[in-house]
Amino acid sequence: MNVLTDNFSLYGKGLLGTVELTVYASLLALALGFVMASFRVAPVGSLRVFGTVWVTVLRNTPLTLLFFAVMLGLPRFGVVLPFQLFAVLALGCYTSAFICEVLRSGINTVPTGQGEAARSLGMTFSQTLGDVVLPQAFRSVIPPVGSTLIALAKNSAIAGSFSVTELLGTYKTLNELGYSIIWSFVWIAVGYLLVTLSISAIFNVLEKRWGVPR
Amino acid sequence: MTTALYDIPGPHARRRHRLYGLIATVVIAGILAGVVLLLFDTEQFTAAKWTPFEYKGIQEMLLRGLGNTLKAFAYAAVLSLALGGVLACGRLSEHRVLRWVATVVVEFFRAMPVLVMIFFVFVALKVQPLPALVTGLTLYNGSVLAEVFRTGVNAVERGQREAAYSLGMRKTQVMTFVLVPQALRAMLPTIISQLVVALKDTSLGFLITYEEFLHAGKLIASNLDYDLPFIPVVMIISPIYIGMCMLLSWFATWVAKRQRRSVKTEAVEVAPAEPGTLMPGAGAHP
Repeated sequence: MNVLTDNFSLYGKGLLGTVELTVYASLLALALGFVMASFRVAPVGSLRVFGTVWVTVLRNTPLTLLFFAVMLGLPRFGVVLPFQLFAVLALGCYTSAFICEVLRSGINTVPTGQGEAARSLGMTFSQTLGDVVLPQAFRSVIPPVGSTLIALAKNSAIAGSFSVTELLGTYKTLNELGYSIIWSFVWIAVGYLLVTLSISAIFNVLEKRWGVPR
Repeated sequence: MTTALYDIPGPHARRRHRLYGLIATVVIAGILAGVVLLLFDTEQFTAAKWTPFEYKGIQEMLLRGLGNTLKAFAYAAVLSLALGGVLACGRLSEHRVLRWVATVVVEFFRAMPVLVMIFFVFVALKVQPLPALVTGLTLYNGSVLAEVFRTGVNAVERGQREAAYSLGMRKTQVMTFVLVPQALRAMLPTIISQLVVALKDTSLGFLITYEEFLHAGKLIASNLDYDLPFIPVVMIISPIYIGMCMLLSWFATWVAKRQRRSVKTEAVEVAPAEPGTLMPGAGAHP
């Protein structure tokens, strides 16, 4: 029990590391995923191919392999960045493929008639997109984006094994200090539950505010 | 391709799109050329870095690693299917206690990172890497599969169950002869996609020093005699790894496509995987 009280700052640091990783990687994944989704629905063939290849390859890449390649491979090209940035890069790129698919299927749920109606009213492309299609797509993608980001938070545990400060990595220090392993893992589990449950709470609020059952 | 975004393009728009396509192709080709140039610049294609892959010992080491990966995957797949079945039975049970226990187990293990479970088994229970990896993967994927099975059984049209009961079948008979066969057939694509996740996650064994594919790669990459061939190793390992996962994913899509034409799954409303409840672990499982 006193594992937590004795090492509050250590756990705090780990939890903060996990939260930071999750937030930064989420932002990267959302931005990249949006770009890739727009590539995949673009009328330009080569962009569609690029988006499809990006999604297919990254969705079938084991995240550990990606971490392995990014963390140990990029320095070979003279790219020297802090480990945390590498981790954000790997996590963000990996999750962007899943976000892209979610956004694309969100856009596809908007009935074709909506766009046709908007165009026949004389709306321009940006008006159709911004005022008609995207608001409707946004409503239906809230829950799947939420569960993708929860998965991202869980995946961030891998970063701990590549010398990034995060929650799971704290077990090593505690183990060396001679604390009960079982209890240190219990508190790590509680920490992860805290992170995932808060993400799900945030998205529940968003869903209540904007989500529309279709 | 019909989306709400564009009309069918006319001749003018098509010409414009072709121009955009040309520009995009040039940019993408430029980026690719830059990457290849960078690879040459940092001397990744020297003979010293690539000849090791002709050695028999190195090839055998990689194959052994691949074999270990597939072994872990096979164990994890079979065991998680079994665990998923058991937990799904628990969640569909009429006994309240059983249902609650199964629900708590499923929700807990879906909300935990797989790696936490693997490390817990590995460090706290002090077992060998392979059983630790398999246990972690089984607990996680078993719980996810339990949810897949449960929603599958619940998605079978109500009339099927009612008809079976009215013929005088008992609960077990209704399950085994009517509901489960139909549900399994409809859920097969989802089950296979979950197995892709299990295959991808076997690479987590690398982190607990299980001697799998990545581990073999790391050993070769850190060899000074071969001039630290890290990039060549990645270039050889990733196509194999990604290719295996892609094959399995394509199999899932193929099954799904075949099913859409089959009459045998008509009574099952296969829910689109997207809108799920917002519990940790629900929905997509990357």
